[in-house]
Amino acid sequence: MMDFRLGEASDALRERFRPFLEEHMTRELEERLYRTGVNHDDGFTRALVEEGWMAPGWPVELGGQGLDPIEMLTVSEELSRADAPTYGIGTTLMVATVIRAVGTEAQQAAVIPRALAGEIIIVLGFTEPEAGSDVAAATTRAVRDGDEWVIDGQKMFTTNAQIGDYVFLLTRTNPDVPKHKGLTMFLVPMDQPGVEVQAVYTLSGERTNISYYNDVRVSDEWRIGGVDEGWATMTVALQAEHGAGFAASIARLLAATEAWAVEATDEEGRRRLDDPEVREALGRTAIDLEVSRLLQRRVAWMAETGLPLATEGPMSKLFSSEAIKERAQEMVELVGPDALRSYFDPTAPSHGMIEHLLRYSVGTTIYAGTSEIHRNMIAQRGLGLPRTR
Amino acid sequence: MELRPSDEQQLLIESFAALYAKESPSERVRAAEPLGFDARLWEQLVEQGSLAMAVDEDQGGWGASVLDLALVAELHGRALGSAPLIEGQTACRLLARAGGGPAAGLLADALGGERLISVALRAPRDGVAGLVPAGAVATDVLALVGDRLVAVPTGDDRVVPENAGSMPLADVPVGDGVGVTLVEGPEAARLLDAALDDWLVLTAAALAGIAGRAVEIGVAYAAEREAFGQKIGSFQGVGHRLADCATRAAGAELLAREAAWSVAEHPARSAELAAMAFAFAAAAARDATDWSLHFHGGYGFMLEYDIQLYYRRARAWANVVLSPKAACRRVADLRYGRVGPR
Repeated sequence: MMDFRLGEASDALRERFRPFLEEHMTRELEERLYRTGVNHDDGFTRALVEEGWMAPGWPVELGGQGLDPIEMLTVSEELSRADAPTYGIGTTLMVATVIRAVGTEAQQAAVIPRALAGEIIIVLGFTEPEAGSDVAAATTRAVRDGDEWVIDGQKMFTTNAQIGDYVFLLTRTNPDVPKHKGLTMFLVPMDQPGVEVQAVYTLSGERTNISYYNDVRVSDEWRIGGVDEGWATMTVALQAEHGAGFAASIARLLAATEAWAVEATDEEGRRRLDDPEVREALGRTAIDLEVSRLLQRRVAWMAETGLPLATEGPMSKLFSSEAIKERAQEMVELVGPDALRSYFDPTAPSHGMIEHLLRYSVGTTIYAGTSEIHRNMIAQRGLGLPRTR
Repeated sequence: MELRPSDEQQLLIESFAALYAKESPSERVRAAEPLGFDARLWEQLVEQGSLAMAVDEDQGGWGASVLDLALVAELHGRALGSAPLIEGQTACRLLARAGGGPAAGLLADALGGERLISVALRAPRDGVAGLVPAGAVATDVLALVGDRLVAVPTGDDRVVPENAGSMPLADVPVGDGVGVTLVEGPEAARLLDAALDDWLVLTAAALAGIAGRAVEIGVAYAAEREAFGQKIGSFQGVGHRLADCATRAAGAELLAREAAWSVAEHPARSAELAAMAFAFAAAAARDATDWSLHFHGGYGFMLEYDIQLYYRRARAWANVVLSPKAACRRVADLRYGRVGPR
């Protein structure tokens, strides 16, 4: 029987998880995250670990709860709803997942327990100044020197590098073969000579970094996957990210605008919620939220059911990111001048959430694969069109 | 969560897909224009139980779910069926809910194929129900006149306007004292509103079908046609638009199915979801038919190519009762309550 509910196990899980978030996602923490632009918090991470919510999708014997994809979606829906600081945890666990899949026993023993205990932060070093969407064009060099490798290069958007313990680095080990065939991946300790981190501030308020690597030496023991087989390792990493979506942000935008529309009045004292134009925009936003949720839940359901995923993940990311961007812009124009008031202005409508989401939305269609990359995937893999150029 | 149709539903889909393949190829859609009614297709649809499905067993029907109806409506949209499937189902469900002697008689006649009954979902103005879907071919039209739900036999006084979608529309006089009263009082308006929900959710499914089929037509053309020495589907200006359209078509299908599912399984949200599904599917069908036509170049503009049939039906079905913008406001009405008098 067709059923659009996530199911009783998911409902029960939500009930079990919500009190945790209510206790630990305090207003004070929210403000600190906003002020620093750092999407990680040691205290929050510690609480997750202590109460078993750090890596609930991992097997019980490795410290997880053994949750299935639908249950994991439920957890991540709740984390997103609470706007919890999970970015650092997310990248750390993504790399732990890769190491579990392709790493040596020694690597697994060294990394996985500490990652799941929240003791280390691993950041991603994929993107470069000249290699963004075309990530396989990376030029950061790694040259073998006995049992070691010497790394030279530069990575962009190394978010959390300033607090990271390791960087998961995509390097070029063979420049003389087609670009996908000369890549190798390393887990490089950040605390060593030659690694430098420079802050980069972004439109959403998030702090990220440029990271530099000058004659950085790393033992061959920290090579993840085979030499020149980095692209296969990258594929494992990128697959771990399937099914991103921004339904929670659209929900936040909708709630913020609803709160404004109930409170605010026009020049003649009429509630803005009674304006047909406002009602149409709220209706449209509620619709985009529903569709974003469905597209994202479909990905989790397919993973759970064991159905092969083709373009469902890209559709979820593409639709919801374009939708939050469009709707945030529309809401700013609808609310008018007061929409420009920022988070820390006490008179800002809905705590300045509309202004914040406008700026936040801009990045969503860029990071984790631009909309163009996702459209390429849908056109080629989903529709069977010839490779686009 | 389970998003796949059941085995039974799969059989239903296959049997109706076979019916549409045989009785609604594009030559037949074209032959039925400009009126937009194919009597043989209609006969076959009634014979295959498409109206009986829509009504509970104790009312002489088969008691299929609205989700079952939506799965058939998707196929109806994909094939641009020139028959008032959704209006007929909506009218039958309205008659079943209305109850009472005259309604029961009309329902029995509709299910037996002796009458073709449609419904005016917009309030009549100056004694005329404007652009009633299937009004041009219906024997009877259900309408809300004041606080009375009436069944009006159609006659020579109806006006059948040519229209953008080649739909069998009619302006039907429903002035005071015409027809048989089925229900009187506040219940009458409530019943018509429920009929509108039925029509919206099923038309959403049909529009999702149009959107999906329009993407397929566009993709097939773009994969074949060459320009500047390449298949045009290899140009990002083409492929990316089609990827957007495919994404929206997928969303439209999911949302229409969720709305149809919710009628039985989550009734508290079903009216809101019906309006949501309609507004979203209307936009998805609008954009998919537009871009697909556009990528045919000059050929898309020629009546000879099928994409124009989809382009016109997408707009006609999406605007004949409630515009997509009005559907968004209906979503707000259902979420926040209607705006009261000032």
